[in-house]
Amino acid sequence: MDFSIIADSFGLYIQGLKTTLQLVFISLAIGLSMAVPLAVFRTSKNRLISGPVRAYVYFFRGTPLLVQMFIIYYGLGQFEIVRTSFLWVFLKEAYVCALLAFTLNTAAYTTEIIRGGIAGTPIGEIEAAKSVGMSRGLMFRRIILPGAFRRALPAYSNEVIFMLHGSSLASVITIIDITGAARIVNSRYYSPYEAFLTAAVFYMAITFTLVWLFKKLEHRWYAHLRPQEHSAAAAA
Amino acid sequence: MFDLYGYGPSILEGTLLTIELSLAALGISLLLGFIGALFKLSRSPFLEGLARLYTTIIRGIPDLVLMLIVFFGGQVFINRYAPLLGFNGYIDINPFIAGVLTIGFIFGAYMTETFRGAILAVPAGQLEAGFAYGLSRLQVFFRILLPQMIRHAIPGFGNNWLVLVKTTALVSIIGLDDMVRKAALAAGATRKPFTFYLVVALNYLAITSVSVYLLNWMEKRYSAGVIKA
Repeated sequence: MDFSIIADSFGLYIQGLKTTLQLVFISLAIGLSMAVPLAVFRTSKNRLISGPVRAYVYFFRGTPLLVQMFIIYYGLGQFEIVRTSFLWVFLKEAYVCALLAFTLNTAAYTTEIIRGGIAGTPIGEIEAAKSVGMSRGLMFRRIILPGAFRRALPAYSNEVIFMLHGSSLASVITIIDITGAARIVNSRYYSPYEAFLTAAVFYMAITFTLVWLFKKLEHRWYAHLRPQEHSAAAAA
Repeated sequence: MFDLYGYGPSILEGTLLTIELSLAALGISLLLGFIGALFKLSRSPFLEGLARLYTTIIRGIPDLVLMLIVFFGGQVFINRYAPLLGFNGYIDINPFIAGVLTIGFIFGAYMTETFRGAILAVPAGQLEAGFAYGLSRLQVFFRILLPQMIRHAIPGFGNNWLVLVKTTALVSIIGLDDMVRKAALAAGATRKPFTFYLVVALNYLAITSVSVYLLNWMEKRYSAGVIKA
């Protein structure tokens, strides 16, 4: 191991770290806000509403993220309409395409995760909500969705980690994220261990931070499931 | 449906390579998963720690980075140490082997978790009952543990397989002629990238759909005699 290589290119890695975090954070934020309404549509009994969502989720979960990214980055330029439209200013940028692919991808996975959470709602809760006269919208807001989020949290934490790992694909379309920085360092010094192991350490650090954050969140959200700590003290 | 400008056979060749690669990697991951699960459940803290290190590292690093480490790193490693063993001249790493090994190694970690859960799901009393009847450890494993753990392992195994197939797309980056790379070559020559990548995407959908169908069938078969709520 030649640590001077790592020290010399540390600035590049930090720049890559920023890009990675930005890509992951933006796509997760937009993906999640898309996924909530989509999951509600997906559970609709009306096939015209649930059908398109089902097809969207099926496509994005059934194909590799790399291919989705290629379709958007290389593929869209095939069409004259796209190239002459005002959107082309954005769509010819690798960064925008990566972001678009990641967002659509994570939105599809998250839709399925939240759908699972909604499907897991105890029937008694829905009956109770109906019997006090809640409207469908109110029932979703106050009863179904809060419970669904709680049930979806462990699966969603996995999705966040997968998205972090998936974001390394951005380096394939010229974006300098952490992996992109490593690829530059490798080609510059021809030292794959220093280059890629450094990137690996960065990813591990982010992964463990995320795991730790989600543990904290689970601790909060599952507070009602923990044995009460103060009751023993009160009894004594 | 699609005009492939004569590149159809080439894409099909790539599809076959994707399937071969997936199956070979699956074999390795099953083997590693079994060993990993046994290590994780073993009484030795060393073996348990080793298995935990393995699964933690794999889950912390992106597949692409691992693949680049194996591909580029392996290249340097072999060319640095092969001369010591008497090989001279430059050795190129076969991307197929690099891909199979990396993907197998990655999914071995996920299989480890799946198998560990499946083994724990078999009631301990049944194994004890087996021993009480005088069955040997191997007999208990093959007659009691294995047939029942398969049922518990199928859902997790199925998920891992579906993710594995999609992960094989990454080998196109290290220069293996799978269907994604074949599509890239065709797209470059015909200037029809959308068409070719879409065809590849549909191929993946076909593979995963057939897999899901087979997995459902397997699940039904291995759940024979289980009373559903």
